[in-house]
Amino acid sequence: MGSRLMLSSLRTCWRILRQLSGDDAYERYLKHYVQHHGVDCDHECHVPLSKKDFFKQWQDEKWTGVKRCC
Amino acid sequence: MNTLLKKFIWIFIAFLGAAAVGGIALNRGETINALWFVTAALCVYAIAYRFYAAWIAASVLTVDETRATPAERLDNGKDFVPTNRWIVFGHHFAAIAGPGPLVGPTLAAQFGYLPGTLWILFGAVLGGCVQDMVTLFLSTRRDAKSLGQMARDELGPLGGTAALIGTFCIMIILIAVLGLVVVNAMKHSPWATATVAATIPIAMIVGFYMRYFRPGQVLEASALGVTLLLLSVVAGGWIDNNPVMRVIFDHEGLTLAWWVMAYGFAAAILPVWLLLAPRDYLSTFMKLGTITLLAIAIVMLQPEVKMPALTQFIDGTGPIFGGKLFPFVFITIACGAISGFHALIASGTTPKLLINERDIRMIGYGGMLLESFVALMAMIAATVLDPGVFFAINSPAGVVGLIDTDAVAKISSWGFPVTVEQMQLLASQMGEASLFARTGGAPSLAVGMASIFGSAFGEKLLALWYHFAIMFEAIFILTTLDAGTRVGRFMLQDMLGNFWPKMAETSWTPSVIVTSALVVGGWGYFLYIGVIDPNGGVNILWPLFGIANQMLAAIALCVATGILVKSDKLKFAWVTGLPLLWLIVITSTAAWEKIASDDVRIGFFAGANDLAAKLSAGSLTMEKAKVAPQLIFNLHLDAWLTLFFVALLWLIVFDMLRVCSRYFAGKPVPPLAESPHIPSRLIEEWVRD
Repeated sequence: MGSRLMLSSLRTCWRILRQLSGDDAYERYLKHYVQHHGVDCDHECHVPLSKKDFFKQWQDEKWTGVKRCC
Repeated sequence: MNTLLKKFIWIFIAFLGAAAVGGIALNRGETINALWFVTAALCVYAIAYRFYAAWIAASVLTVDETRATPAERLDNGKDFVPTNRWIVFGHHFAAIAGPGPLVGPTLAAQFGYLPGTLWILFGAVLGGCVQDMVTLFLSTRRDAKSLGQMARDELGPLGGTAALIGTFCIMIILIAVLGLVVVNAMKHSPWATATVAATIPIAMIVGFYMRYFRPGQVLEASALGVTLLLLSVVAGGWIDNNPVMRVIFDHEGLTLAWWVMAYGFAAAILPVWLLLAPRDYLSTFMKLGTITLLAIAIVMLQPEVKMPALTQFIDGTGPIFGGKLFPFVFITIACGAISGFHALIASGTTPKLLINERDIRMIGYGGMLLESFVALMAMIAATVLDPGVFFAINSPAGVVGLIDTDAVAKISSWGFPVTVEQMQLLASQMGEASLFARTGGAPSLAVGMASIFGSAFGEKLLALWYHFAIMFEAIFILTTLDAGTRVGRFMLQDMLGNFWPKMAETSWTPSVIVTSALVVGGWGYFLYIGVIDPNGGVNILWPLFGIANQMLAAIALCVATGILVKSDKLKFAWVTGLPLLWLIVITSTAAWEKIASDDVRIGFFAGANDLAAKLSAGSLTMEKAKVAPQLIFNLHLDAWLTLFFVALLWLIVFDMLRVCSRYFAGKPVPPLAESPHIPSRLIEEWVRD
């Protein structure tokens, strides 16, 4: 029981770490894509970006504007 | 029963906190344990968060958890993304916590531990946290608009322009002073220089890895980078021991300053993925890791604070920077207590991720509480050193003399005994040639951290810990430096675009090169002067930065106060109005003293006149006479810049008062720009989360 609890809290930590660092950004993007674009696909139906292209866009966008402080 | 128990616990926390603060304030013994500081901080934070912040959220701002946030309404899967509140907290904290709260308290420790500590604690809970939280709330209610945009919408074009110019100026001064801190840490230290230099290719390797080798594998790449960084600290030691290699990395301050400028220029024009983004990942990991480690080490080790509560330097004669306790302690410690820069993060970036307004208290107020705690740890790290050692490291040669024996004699005569042997032993333990006059705060913080880490995790590794701490400070100073230069470039392109639209094209190469060069030239100038200044430069630049940063905070608080008044919440306007009043008082007083004081170490004009008189009388040494004309010009420039900052501050205060008085008189004012109430659909999911 105790070890299962530890395992699940370790898993939560890992999930938080991945999300904080943006490691899972592409997976989240795909999920968002399926939820918002996948179902109703009559107009401007485009395939989701590849991981490489998505990451490029994501990184460039993340770095415009004031993102860091003193 | 349950509520009774809760009440009892809060009363206990209140008493414990009062006892700890009282203990710190009244202690006049030889030393005091650092655990008192930690206890005082945690109790003050807990009470402020539980009662004051909760009251502001519920009564002043009336946060509405049923209202959809911009992240929900404008969700685009890219920048507007509803995100778990702990994740948002992490992003927000990583963004607001820079080198400021580490450097400021170290410098302010010249007054003793007490003034800085009290300002860090109470300035944060009553000022800085409130500013961050209220700005976050206002931006959340306005589709995540930036501070400048909100100032324009709510007060008028004047406020918006002032915010824009203020941000640009503060960026220039900030980068210059941070560059100076790094240069002073690397000066004639092959180990530090080699390690800091290594961070650049390491960042590039990580950049390539994330972009091309394994796209998007951020954690993998970061783990690789952190490992390489730790190796580079060790490798720096080998280089230091190698007679051929150490020469390559052994440089004067001025040479290093040119390199830092070249680096800043490169970082502003290179694509972000190559240098900026990977360096930021590394610095964020190092930052969070090292701060956690420091907290653990302080709690484990419970070091004794050796600095007295107050030193004689509260009278304004301090060696690190001139000026009395009031107002200069409040200017010197900006980021750990209240920082205008945070308002830029709290508006624009963080609100785009927020799922529910209810989390504003935790992220805005709580994030700043943690930053305040970082500042407190820096204060502890500075004050656990023997005061004599602290002053020997931080006093510039221009004040205590170039020769070691003169310096120790002078510092000992102040009542802080220190010997040349003690300093030599310390330097050799830290793997440095000398620790005299290593101004800027970074070396003394690194010595403090190394001694804390060394005692907690292994005494033999002192030199490694020292250079690890230097690398840790340098990496996020350089992150602020390159991100700031780039943001400055964008702002300048935007401003110039008003006159010549082509300049605003961020990808037009001539515009990129010209604006980057202008921004680097701006901070490079102040960096250059700081390096050639025999008094260390930090004593001039840091107060200037403090004044600029507090001015930006005052702009944010003006916007907030104006909005509270326009929302018919006059009876609550003191929540932002009182911190604003305090900022106006300290910023104006400090600016007045920097301009008008007769003391040559405080007043810019007085300093310039004194230097000019000495120059014409021929009483300066050859070296000083050579740089004197530049220093005189710079002192005049600094005086005018200070005047400009304070004029900008008063302009926006009057603009806010004008809008408020028009509102009371029933005359038209810019309407509240709040976006309409749309019920949240995420609430159920959110509760389940």
